[in-house]
Amino acid sequence: MSKTTDQPDQDRRAFIGKAAGAVAAATLAPGVFLHGVAGVEYRQEPVTDKVRWGMLVDSNKCADGCTACVDACNHENGLDLLEKPEGLSDDMWDQQIPKWIRKVTVKDKLSGRESNLPMLCQHCEHPPCVDVCPTGASFRRADGIVMVDRHTCIGCRYCMMACPYKARSFVHEVVEHKPTISPRGKGCVESCTFCVHRLDRGETTTACQDACSQAGHKAIVFGDLNDPSSEVSQALKQYPSRQVRADLKLNTGVRYSGV
Amino acid sequence: MKKTYFSEWGIPSPRYWALLALLAAFVGIGGLSALYMEHEGHWVTGMTNQVVWGTPHVFAIFLIVAASGALNVASIGSVFGKKPYKPLAPLSGLLAIALLVGGLLVLVLDLGRPDRLIVAMTVYNFKSIFAWNIFLYTGFMAIVAVYLWLMMEHKMNPYSKPAGLLAFVWRLALTTGTGSIFGFLVARQAYDAAIMAPMFIIMSFSFGLAIYLLVLMFAFILDDRPLGDVIVTRLKNLLGVFVAGVMFITLIYHLTNLYGTENHEVEAFLLRDGGIYTQVFWIGEVLIGGLLPLGILYHPVLGRNFGWIAGACGAVIVGGIAKVYVILIGGQVFPMALFPEKAVVASGFYDGVVASYSPSLPEVLLGVGGIAVALAATLVGVRMLRFLPTSLSNQDLDPQAAA
Repeated sequence: MSKTTDQPDQDRRAFIGKAAGAVAAATLAPGVFLHGVAGVEYRQEPVTDKVRWGMLVDSNKCADGCTACVDACNHENGLDLLEKPEGLSDDMWDQQIPKWIRKVTVKDKLSGRESNLPMLCQHCEHPPCVDVCPTGASFRRADGIVMVDRHTCIGCRYCMMACPYKARSFVHEVVEHKPTISPRGKGCVESCTFCVHRLDRGETTTACQDACSQAGHKAIVFGDLNDPSSEVSQALKQYPSRQVRADLKLNTGVRYSGV
Repeated sequence: MKKTYFSEWGIPSPRYWALLALLAAFVGIGGLSALYMEHEGHWVTGMTNQVVWGTPHVFAIFLIVAASGALNVASIGSVFGKKPYKPLAPLSGLLAIALLVGGLLVLVLDLGRPDRLIVAMTVYNFKSIFAWNIFLYTGFMAIVAVYLWLMMEHKMNPYSKPAGLLAFVWRLALTTGTGSIFGFLVARQAYDAAIMAPMFIIMSFSFGLAIYLLVLMFAFILDDRPLGDVIVTRLKNLLGVFVAGVMFITLIYHLTNLYGTENHEVEAFLLRDGGIYTQVFWIGEVLIGGLLPLGILYHPVLGRNFGWIAGACGAVIVGGIAKVYVILIGGQVFPMALFPEKAVVASGFYDGVVASYSPSLPEVLLGVGGIAVALAATLVGVRMLRFLPTSLSNQDLDPQAAA
């Protein structure tokens, strides 16, 4: 005959308690652990519009044939980790692989003068990509950075249809390796973030800018457009510059001089 | 006027099931294609970062546009009070819902993340016409479903007129929304035109009626139901007006573009130098989708022959798909001008050159699957419920029709 009691089964209670604790730890730990490993302090306070990040590209200093900015961006954001799917032609791969920044050489139709420049997301004040995004995944931060929330991007590609600069890319393939600072997955859209992971941990330069400086060209100046004393504001004040597709009145955060 | 009786589609069971099995096979293949593209990623398609919307969108847009057009037959009866059209109305509503379901399915299955559909249904940015369209499309289905019920439930008939009016206004809004997807795109030179919205509306009139007429003739002839030439003549003449309307608005679109020098290059590309896109425009859109059906529909002899009329409807459908292809793909492959005064010498991302795109098989199969879904839903609908009038013979129609 089995022993019966009207007391609750204490062993069982203890087990449930421990199990719940273990589940909670398993759920929460990775996030905590990541922060611990990274050992980097990210900003805790919300972004404000006191800062507007922006860039000036001096095309006179941008060297023909140099791809330092492109290579640095690809490395920084893990684009060089993407692997070409088996069976895909090189030509198609080149058209499908995400490119956040690219080199373009243009020639004036009348004078024949050639200019080199990097083309990237222009971080518009009135971004068409943000207007058209049905879920609001495409958004503009208070500090002027235009980004994609990869949790709400449904991969409709309407933003890519809307961007006048062809600055956005769609991830066409399965992603095996990705850096923690730039998570990506098949089926979402992405573009230049002005190296937001750097800015959010207190740094003030982008990977492309650093690479351009290291290559000795210093064609890219980056900084706070709202701060009159910043290098970029000073440079903008000093040199004539233009917006690409200024006719659209998007008030771009990236400006070009010498084009 | 004799009273109209409706009955279920009565073709022999083996034939019905064979038809359904055929459509189900296409639906299945379309579904497998979607699964394949979703599993592998879009690299298996012809789409790239240059041409971001491909063949699935061509089919989806065609079906969505045709869906609202298919409802026109019902609107003419309810809203504009043309009695001969009343017996035609239930099939019109059914086709409208079925075509929309087929089109939306293709659209959704081509998303990068179709699994996140729930996000699209719960998180909105109302500045986006896409977000509006989600409501316009689901609202359309709901309104037409109620409208159908009011029409088919005898006691509720008096309420069908206001419901029909609402459905009519809603369908105009829907196609305006679909056209505005392109009309609001300032970046690309072939789009960014307010005329896109009215163009899509007249396209919907034409494509929707062509599909309607084809389905009506198919259903009636297969089931040996009397189909008089009076009603068919009315419908085919109306189709002719719509086809001419599409050609007219297309002409105006290109003429207004040509008025501005900045658009000469894109117009030269579409109309003269665009290779496959120029061919699809002139041969597919203008010849097959416009001149040929007009010639048949208004021909004194051919225009009375049901076979030729059906052929004209088919031509309108083929031409319609060609038109959407030119708008969608042709508009994307033409390079965007970063610096209008400069030529691109070199680019790491295909600036300044015409992009290449060739549809892949899975894309086409997904699109065809969408059409099969629409037809299968219609087939099941007419078989299960009384959507079809028992007769549309000349004697059974309202005398007003003969006038």
